[in-house]
Amino acid sequence: MDKKQLAITATKARLLALDMVHTAASGHIGGSLSALDALTVLYFNKMRVDPSNPRSLGRDRFVLSKGHCSPALYATLALRGFFPVEACKLFRSIEGHMSGHAEMHHVPGVDMSTGSLGQGISVAVGMALAGKVDAKDYRVYTLLGDGECQEGQVWEAAMAAAKYKLDNLCAIIDHNGLQIDGSNDEVMPIMPLDKKFEAFNWNVLTVNGHDYEALDAVYDRAASFNNGRPTVIIMETIKGKGVSYMENDPGWHGKAPNDEQYALAVAELEAYLKELEG
Amino acid sequence: MAEKIATRGAYGEAIVALAEKYPALVVLDADLSGATMTKAFSKAYPERFFNMGIAEANMMGVAAGLATCGKMPFTNTFAMFAAGRAFEQVRNSIAYPRLNVKVIGSHGGLSVGEDGATHQCVEDFGTMSTIPGMLVLNPCDGHEMRLAVEALLNYEGPAYMRLGRLAVETVTDTIEGYRFELGKGVTLRDGSDVTIAATGLTVQMALTAAQQLSGEGISARVLDMHTIKPLDTELILKAAQETGCIVTSEEHNIYNGLGSAVAAYLSEVCPTPVVRHGVEDVFGRSGKAPAVLEAYGISPAGIIEKVKKALRLKK
Repeated sequence: MDKKQLAITATKARLLALDMVHTAASGHIGGSLSALDALTVLYFNKMRVDPSNPRSLGRDRFVLSKGHCSPALYATLALRGFFPVEACKLFRSIEGHMSGHAEMHHVPGVDMSTGSLGQGISVAVGMALAGKVDAKDYRVYTLLGDGECQEGQVWEAAMAAAKYKLDNLCAIIDHNGLQIDGSNDEVMPIMPLDKKFEAFNWNVLTVNGHDYEALDAVYDRAASFNNGRPTVIIMETIKGKGVSYMENDPGWHGKAPNDEQYALAVAELEAYLKELEG
Repeated sequence: MAEKIATRGAYGEAIVALAEKYPALVVLDADLSGATMTKAFSKAYPERFFNMGIAEANMMGVAAGLATCGKMPFTNTFAMFAAGRAFEQVRNSIAYPRLNVKVIGSHGGLSVGEDGATHQCVEDFGTMSTIPGMLVLNPCDGHEMRLAVEALLNYEGPAYMRLGRLAVETVTDTIEGYRFELGKGVTLRDGSDVTIAATGLTVQMALTAAQQLSGEGISARVLDMHTIKPLDTELILKAAQETGCIVTSEEHNIYNGLGSAVAAYLSEVCPTPVVRHGVEDVFGRSGKAPAVLEAYGISPAGIIEKVKKALRLKK
């Protein structure tokens, strides 16, 4: 996809994620919106996946370590053709199995059930390790929140990935600077992330997480390393991106918009979509 | 002379012996391979062994990831760290997605000995049993352990198995008609006055106790409950109906282990006196393993005392 098509797809995914959270009257919209550009580029331009055969052995794998941002993942998978968009209506509903956090057995295309922070990156390390042991050429991606990097397990996983020379592993950190209780700096400072990962013997890249061309290029750069090191992409993002009243407000971490707020958000995104398609 | 080997020793031999037959088996350890007995496997199959360092939480997640790619990971550390420290990783990354990972907890119970309370896990049956769908095993001797390892390799899904540090006498190899099946206890000795349902190293103690009780004219049945969960309810119900009282025996807190499971089950279907023999809600302490067990009443004499109590309740 070109830049314009990516923008259109990401905007549709934003609308779908908002619809899911609004319909369910719960869910994590802020971090979903910040991650959606990165997910769109990944699933539409980079990952070797086959929506008609979601468990194919040679596929690239993705672990949503920040599992609460399932609206972003489910919306991306639906638009990519893994399941009908209508299925998203049952997000967080007892009528279906589209769980509040990413769920692998009931949602086609989800490679691992996640939700408890810090655990997904370890699973991604295991997938990448299996790829090395079996000499497979698939790549493994995992998306972490910045607040998630406060979990000690993230750094256990980082050590292990370097030990086993997992250059088939790419971790992406959604650095929007905010978590439930406030900014990372207020809650528990995590910076400098680049120096931390460098010290753990990873390749470190940074990117604007809302620049489609830069995202496209940074994934290629991550895949090009052949130095036996895993790669982390530290992605500068805006929490709530695309809905102006949600942007940079930690209040929208895990809150659903009411009907009025929802209409406002839809109007803004649809206007943008019209402009893109115009 | 019967073989005397710790269940961890038999386990270490079994994973090496079965490695060729089960090529998907991979073994992970957290810097305890000398104690958990995975070192022989690491030497024989270095490409299938991963030392994850002193980082048990990550080890569980890595095992989960390997399992999604078709491997059959066995994770190894002490029971304390597998069922304690990494509880939530086992619950959320392994059991909830029903991944084919076997969580092995070595050095279970008080018989760790000298290392003391921080390493004597008497809670693992409880934490692991409370996870939905988790299989929980505690084989009693080397013979049973070897069979359990192969049974686990043929079982698709999450499981926890406790290993012991202390060398114990092998008893199950000479029991006529002995057969190992996951989820099925084994009657090692028949009896009609009382049933002693034991697990792990208290199985041998129960056999000794039953022998002594027979001298007093008390006929005690001995059940080997190598599977804590799912509980073999058929065998327990039959024992309750036929002997009228039950003593459970385990190297575990009397809360949330085998005794709790047996008592809870029977109270719903066939209220029967159940007396729990085990660690009475206290932490252990340092000492030679046999001395520590003795100090906490984990002994044939301790079982006999509970049998007498059960017989009084039965009347």
